[in-house]
Amino acid sequence: MSELFLARLQFGATTIFHFLFVPLSIGLVFMVALMETLYVVKKQEIYKKMAKFWGHLFLINFAVGVVTGIIQEFQFGMNWSEYSRFVGDVFGAPLAIEALLAFFMESTFIGLWIFGWDRLSKKVHLLCIWLVSIGTMLSAFWILAANSFMQEPVGMEINNGRAEMNDFGALITNPQLWVEFPHVVFGALATGAFFIGGVSAYKLLKKSEVTFFRKSFNISMVIALVSGLGIAFSGHAQAQHLMHSQPMKMAASEALWEDSADPAPWTLFADIDVENQENALEIQIPYALSYLTYEKFSGSVPGMLSLQAEYEEKYGPGNYIPPVKTTFWSFRIMVIAGMVMILVSLLGLWASYRNTIMEKKFLLKTMVGLISFPFIANTAGWIMTEIGRQPWTVFGYMTTSASVSPNVTAESLLFSLIAFTTIYLILAIVLVYLFVREIKKGAGYHDVQSDSNISIDPFDKEVMQP
Amino acid sequence: MIELSELWFILVAILFVGFFFLEGFDFGVGMAGKFIGKNDLERRMLINTIGPFWDANEVWLLTAGGAIFAAFPHWYATMFSGYYIPFVILLLALIGRGVSFEFRGKVDSPTWIKTWDWVIFIGSILPPFLFGVLFTSLLRGMPIDETMTLQAGFTDYVNVYSVTGGVTVTLLCFLHGLVYLTIRTVGDLQQRAHRLASIMVYPVLVSLVAFVGLSYFETDLFTYRGEITIPLIGLIVVAYLLVIVLLKKQRDGWAFAMSGAGIALTIATIFVALFPRVMISSISSAYDLTVYSAASGDYSLKVMSYVALTLLPFVLGYQIWSYYVFRKRVDGKDMIY
Repeated sequence: MSELFLARLQFGATTIFHFLFVPLSIGLVFMVALMETLYVVKKQEIYKKMAKFWGHLFLINFAVGVVTGIIQEFQFGMNWSEYSRFVGDVFGAPLAIEALLAFFMESTFIGLWIFGWDRLSKKVHLLCIWLVSIGTMLSAFWILAANSFMQEPVGMEINNGRAEMNDFGALITNPQLWVEFPHVVFGALATGAFFIGGVSAYKLLKKSEVTFFRKSFNISMVIALVSGLGIAFSGHAQAQHLMHSQPMKMAASEALWEDSADPAPWTLFADIDVENQENALEIQIPYALSYLTYEKFSGSVPGMLSLQAEYEEKYGPGNYIPPVKTTFWSFRIMVIAGMVMILVSLLGLWASYRNTIMEKKFLLKTMVGLISFPFIANTAGWIMTEIGRQPWTVFGYMTTSASVSPNVTAESLLFSLIAFTTIYLILAIVLVYLFVREIKKGAGYHDVQSDSNISIDPFDKEVMQP
Repeated sequence: MIELSELWFILVAILFVGFFFLEGFDFGVGMAGKFIGKNDLERRMLINTIGPFWDANEVWLLTAGGAIFAAFPHWYATMFSGYYIPFVILLLALIGRGVSFEFRGKVDSPTWIKTWDWVIFIGSILPPFLFGVLFTSLLRGMPIDETMTLQAGFTDYVNVYSVTGGVTVTLLCFLHGLVYLTIRTVGDLQQRAHRLASIMVYPVLVSLVAFVGLSYFETDLFTYRGEITIPLIGLIVVAYLLVIVLLKKQRDGWAFAMSGAGIALTIATIFVALFPRVMISSISSAYDLTVYSAASGDYSLKVMSYVALTLLPFVLGYQIWSYYVFRKRVDGKDMIY
């Protein structure tokens, strides 16, 4: 196994794993903040209970998200030293700002929130959780600013063989960033919403704490539908932009070898033959690709072979076609998962509006299964984005094979790969175990236990409270 | 006028100083659990003294990493790839320790709690030790070639000098944590922390002297910038002597300030001794990475300076506020973890 292969495997594995927790954290904390706002505005205890219960699950998830994020901060230098040398001048800035602006904010105010229930006024405590929520979104913004630079390098010039920033404004107004950021944030909100919706559905099926979980379910369905639509619109904008910034990724995600017909059909299914650079079988929806790309029912989309010829002329000899099957299928998995999510959230919202959710057993069961869908869609989306950019790390400037650390041996990589995978596996098992435990205990458990659980004094005013 | 790259070297140094001053006592508290926490309640109390803070304290390290990446891409690339295995172990330790605080109290089983207590303990010892090894070998120089690539053998990382450095930094953090506990706990636990701190000052002084002595032979600590480093080393020793006196007089708050000063000065001394080099090559001084050769362009540094100088006051402000909110000693009531 080559160093490059191992380094890529490790980066892919650690990043995908990290990004299971990140969107759930962003989504959950937003909804917890929403619930606590309802508590402060409406002054009803049930909303406080909601903020606490879902906040509890959020914290377990947040802990894993935070620690798996530390690796991300260091592994550019560890595994991709040549990449870091080349882009550090531009790429490092958003990472440093992310730490300074977002990480400090999240970590300080989460501490204040967890420990501050009895020490801060209601409003200040509410402000803390909103600052955590804003912090998570700022974090997303800056890391996506860095990622967008890899997709669409702007605001820089090449000096002495490395990329140097010459326009910070261009870096944060990168058009790629402004289609990517909303898409990711809506995706994260949907992850939180379907998690709360699915867990609530499970509890409703068990008929446990019905009022509490029905209220949670209702809130989650509103957010699920809003974010589902947000995902669709921002995703559409992103696809249109892709046509300009990375047509090769676009062509690969459509398995389009030759330039498409005009108007271009959208391929639902294709039997891709990479070796002969053709598709044996295609099921297509006429006009659809033209519409998705240009918002009109005409227009051809360039295929991979003509783009390959164009790139060879521009960048020299080489293979500029990304892994087609992965790009094609990850895109489809993402889109289909997203559509199912929108559809089911519509049904869920309708049922909560009509107050018939308790009778809709099948819908509730579907909601439980649907917890996994945002995770699948998030992962598939990133696989499409990153695999589809290959062979580049920085599009048009640096290839992945030129990015890897020359001094890290295959043995070292194997060690780190095994070590990280093992510890991540343990984390995943413990996390799921704790999630299931907390969910089974339910929301009432923490009332009785109160916050401290050393000797409970019967005359303590906390215990005396209803 | 100071150059921007020099300003960023100072900022990185400040971030590391802040990291060790703050996370230093978190590591110390993590180690202390095995020595002064007699039962589960006490060990919980220990964790709760750092509960609201440890995460934000660790961000000082992440910010330092980000700042090195942005301001000195070559330093970032050479150091992180060159110290690959140490950083892998560091990450494993930080991952384990971070989740332990959250996971530990979630299941009411002795085995469960004991397991996470061990992870906290090991996860609190390894990071300061590895950073000690890292800083020591940075001072001593590592085989860096003309392409700024570091390719070293086992003994370049692990030798008497670097292990002494590792042990020293670990002991500094342990003491710092114990002294922190004297101002954050009550009763028996507080007294035990106080007693152990009064004892631990001596090994700290011994290892510091050993470390400085070895540095005389292994590095250019005394010759390169001796006019600053020698007085600084003097101040470090004075700080720890004052810790002895102040603990004896029960002036624990001041003792904590002095132990913090000791750690801060130790890290500062290392950065002073390096400047303007960021990584020393043991092959040839022509291959040294310096703040000038490793830095980003002026435009990038200027943008980063504006951003950092705007945000830093806010960050410091709300962090200090959070310490103010949770200033009460932990007495076993209303604990979260």
